[in-house]
Amino acid sequence: MKWLRVLSHPILDNNPVTLQILGICSALAVTTSLTTAATMAVALTLVLMASSVIISTIRRHIPSSIRLIVQITLIASLVVVADEIIQAYAFPISQRLSIFVGLIVTNCLVLGRAEAFAMHNPPGPAALDALGNGLGYSLILLIVAFLRELFGAGTLFGWPVLPVATDGSGFTPLKFMLLAPSAFFILGLLIWALRSVRQGQIEPPDFKIAPDTEERRP
Amino acid sequence: MPDLNPLSLWRKLLALPNESRAKTLAVAFLVSAVCTVIVSATAVILDPVQQANRRAEQAARMDAMLAAMPDMAALIEHTGGDELETLIIDLRTGEPARDVAPDTLDVEHAFSDPVSTTPLDPERDLAGLGERPDLVPIHVLREDGRLRLVILPVVTQGYQSTIRANLALEGDLQTVAAFSIIEQGETPGLGARIDDPAWQARWRGKRVAGPDGQLRLSVVRGGGTDEFQVEGITGATRTGNAINNGIQFWLGPDGFGPVLERLAKDGR
Repeated sequence: MKWLRVLSHPILDNNPVTLQILGICSALAVTTSLTTAATMAVALTLVLMASSVIISTIRRHIPSSIRLIVQITLIASLVVVADEIIQAYAFPISQRLSIFVGLIVTNCLVLGRAEAFAMHNPPGPAALDALGNGLGYSLILLIVAFLRELFGAGTLFGWPVLPVATDGSGFTPLKFMLLAPSAFFILGLLIWALRSVRQGQIEPPDFKIAPDTEERRP
Repeated sequence: MPDLNPLSLWRKLLALPNESRAKTLAVAFLVSAVCTVIVSATAVILDPVQQANRRAEQAARMDAMLAAMPDMAALIEHTGGDELETLIIDLRTGEPARDVAPDTLDVEHAFSDPVSTTPLDPERDLAGLGERPDLVPIHVLREDGRLRLVILPVVTQGYQSTIRANLALEGDLQTVAAFSIIEQGETPGLGARIDDPAWQARWRGKRVAGPDGQLRLSVVRGGGTDEFQVEGITGATRTGNAINNGIQFWLGPDGFGPVLERLAKDGR
């Protein structure tokens, strides 16, 4: 039961994207279509799991003075391997993902899970935690990509869903959905919706804005 | 006698306190070594597959370029057979290299693995190549012995990658039939927009040289363009400059200049 919580906790209650606001850069960049978002989600989940398991296995022997360098070296190597595999076996998708698979290295999500969880837990729970976080990230990515591809191009996974207007009638794609700002809006609305349902996720304000008593009048 | 059994040495290393200098160094070294081996092995093992992918994509782009020139596609259809003729040009002489079979050298290997090269002086090296391969394949399309199309490879050092392109000239060797990027790794969203067919379409119909024979085809920044100028992409000045320099180099005296002159003279 406890293990199941480790897996499910990061998917909704402690989602890396909507609660911790990590991995936003890639969430903006690769969500113009479901295919790229799914590839990115799978790549990140696999890299996250592999890095968590490896780091958790050798956690007792990582000197704390160089632990971040060791973690980043391992993560970077795994990312390069993932990138090479995608370039070899999914070449057209790798062209569309361009540099964003490589940028998994800088995704705080991966380093964050390594540092916060894998360094203090045995490989089993570390793998589950990584899987949970990967799935949480994937879920958000796929939701955003679903909305953007559906309304931006009228397709899903490249298949036409909404009949696109060619002769004046039908659906006119919202080109705005394919631009980066739309991902910001969708993410913001998602976070809003999630926090309205789960009030516990609302952060207490860091400070209150006091009325400006020293306002100078002309 | 010191204990040299690797297994007990390994145990001793693991038993060291984590913060000791020896263990810190050993862990750093081991992690780097293992990662190096894994990354190198993946790169080497997957390289053939990736190269096959790249070649297939380049072939597809060549086809797309030919398809984008309506009369050329029709012409190839009409002549049938192995449409495009490949000539290996020896850039030292400007003549076709007689002793190299055309099918033994493709464009990729001509640049990545050249048989012989000529070093370039920095002031003549507009394309940033360092040294120019001597043998380069070009493609020629003829109809009834008359030159219809010449496709020249253009390789140039871009802002952050090597840009490879094909420049197709019509039979008069003065009109651009098409310009097509084969390979580039420029900034996504900015320089990488040279991949955009709409931008490449701006090249069609541009003239190469003025009435005095001076090379005038160029990529310019914004503003008005005349029959020789292609408008660059906003925000990608360095990429545009790189392509411009590549064009100046490859159509110039160190590139295909002499070849084009000879082709124009006797149409061979």
